[in-house]
Amino acid sequence: MKQLTQLIILIGAMFFAGLSSAAEPIKIGAVAPKTGPLAGGAAITQWPNIQLWAHQINARGGLKMSDGSKRPVEIIEYDDRTNPAETIKAVQRLATKDKADFIVAPYGTGLNLASAPIFAKYGYPHIAVSAITDKTGELTKRYPSMFFTLGTTTAFASSVVDILKAMRDAGEINNRVAMVNVADAFGIELADSARPIFKAAGFELVFDKSYPLGTQDLSPIIKGAKAASPTSFVAWSYPPDTFALTELAKIENLDVKAFYTAVATCFPAYAGKFGASIEGNLGAGGVNPDAPELQDYYKSHKEVTGKDADYWAGPVTYASLQVLEQAIEGVGNTDRAAVTQYIKDNSFKTVMGDWKFNNQVIDQYWTVGQWQGGKFYGVGSTGKAGQKKAVIKKGW
Amino acid sequence: MEVLTNGFLLGATYALLAMGLTLQYGVARIMNLANGEMLVAGAFAAFWAFTANQISPFYAVLFVVPLAFIFNWLVYRYLLTPLVRRAKSQGQLEVDTILATFGMSFALVGIMLMLFGGEFFTYSYLAEPFEIFGSPYGLNRVVACLASVFICGLLFWAIYTTRIGMAMRALTSNPDAASLVAIDVPRMSALAFSLGGAVSAVGGIMLSTFLTLDASIGVVFTMKALIIVIMGGVGDIRGAIIAAMVLGIAETLVASLIDPGLTLAAAYLLFILVLLFKPEGLFGRKAI
Repeated sequence: MKQLTQLIILIGAMFFAGLSSAAEPIKIGAVAPKTGPLAGGAAITQWPNIQLWAHQINARGGLKMSDGSKRPVEIIEYDDRTNPAETIKAVQRLATKDKADFIVAPYGTGLNLASAPIFAKYGYPHIAVSAITDKTGELTKRYPSMFFTLGTTTAFASSVVDILKAMRDAGEINNRVAMVNVADAFGIELADSARPIFKAAGFELVFDKSYPLGTQDLSPIIKGAKAASPTSFVAWSYPPDTFALTELAKIENLDVKAFYTAVATCFPAYAGKFGASIEGNLGAGGVNPDAPELQDYYKSHKEVTGKDADYWAGPVTYASLQVLEQAIEGVGNTDRAAVTQYIKDNSFKTVMGDWKFNNQVIDQYWTVGQWQGGKFYGVGSTGKAGQKKAVIKKGW
Repeated sequence: MEVLTNGFLLGATYALLAMGLTLQYGVARIMNLANGEMLVAGAFAAFWAFTANQISPFYAVLFVVPLAFIFNWLVYRYLLTPLVRRAKSQGQLEVDTILATFGMSFALVGIMLMLFGGEFFTYSYLAEPFEIFGSPYGLNRVVACLASVFICGLLFWAIYTTRIGMAMRALTSNPDAASLVAIDVPRMSALAFSLGGAVSAVGGIMLSTFLTLDASIGVVFTMKALIIVIMGGVGDIRGAIIAAMVLGIAETLVASLIDPGLTLAAAYLLFILVLLFKPEGLFGRKAI
């Protein structure tokens, strides 16, 4: 008899336990490189932020629905091997086979643009982060559920020129600029848009060369740039070349007052590799790391993922997920059309400050950052608060 | 002079990454498309030695060489031996091993991704100027170049003066005839394959001091090694060394004098020229 009672209690307990966790998870698809050329960047900027976001939502019980219930999120990950065809296939699969409720935007300009039609076809909001292009106007018109958050090519190029101009006007540098770029869509587009801007600002490009993606020895580039005796060095570079160019500039003692490398300058690994010698180095992106919401973000990023977040697209990726989170909770269900409309109509509190999409585009963003005292501060932006003044580099 | 020195440094680096594949393809007749992954694994060991244990990445050689040797021996013994046995001809073996090692490269990338994560691994070691003829070069590159010269020299000595080396050369020129003169072909092949893997891993250690790598970058090095091995003539380490030097110097010349954007084009142009005018490679013999 006693055993029977115990059994009944046990069954009853299991039943109620089952009930309370019955909330079905919201399925969130994620497609980004885990292998291939962009995998290294995605491993810092994309994947840990998705992990952090999901962890935090589930830790507080899930997303609040309009009926008062809470639904946790479940992440379904796919590796697209940095191959646009794979990105498209994976997004398609998430939409039709996995029946994902929402899909996180892919990583990289090309992969975002390639998959945009599929996002649009199935009506998924597509909040692109790691996608920098001048065609945002055209693309948002064609795809009404596509959003851009990181900025445009021209803004990135002209911001660098503006900073150099301010230094020149202060008499700190002269007109001589050495510019190099990686021969890939990203580097070519930036170099092409920077060239006329430099010229219009009265700068002279004393060295202007490109190098193929994956070049194993960049010393001819640095030696060539050094021979042209510039006071500023600008490289529209990708992570491996950002590291290599910086190391070689240090070895060759490329004595410039402004040293700019694009992607990965904001990575913690950059500071980890070069230590104090990168003081004054300029790079793409930047944040205001002293903002309280960002300090919380960096702390929990480290705690949850075990690694440090970067100082640019990482927090923006997290902010884009916050937008999705607040929009789903604002609507109170997983109706994708309603969530998309909610994103267009409302403003959001994110780790990157208050966000309001203007024609599906965030038009206040960081463009140039600089290592100052061990942190990568935003020194150029399109109207962000907390911007620091860029200083000249005083040797290696 | 500066250009030539730089080209020599780059050429030595290329020789380092092609040497392993030369042994594996030339002697063991395995076109190992997972060769680059071995290199990345070696590089990661160096990274780990340096960042987690604060010791010189070169100490990694001490455990990387035996581990890589054993791992490659196991791969040869259990994965590739069945293919070698059932292959009726040289051509069939090549096709089979290309497919098998291509698959293996994916598996290795996956395993490394799991073990190391997908991030870039990069660190600074000996990143200081070293003057040669009055102009500065990265000390890490110079050291890698010296290591390359040492390893190439060692292999050269082993292959051209020792008994095992002679057996390996016999195997390269004609595996069937080699077995007739009491050379243990399977064992010799396994030895060459494992040695090749170990050399690639050491190459990875050297490269990691000045290149930024990640778990899936191996294929880039496999491609470069493939070009060098084929240009040099299959199975001839002299050919591979000379091809690596030619490639390194040509790329640096083009980058310094014409345009850095054309280095890849120059490399492939050279490759095509060699294939057109000397299809068996610089030092290769016509197939028997």
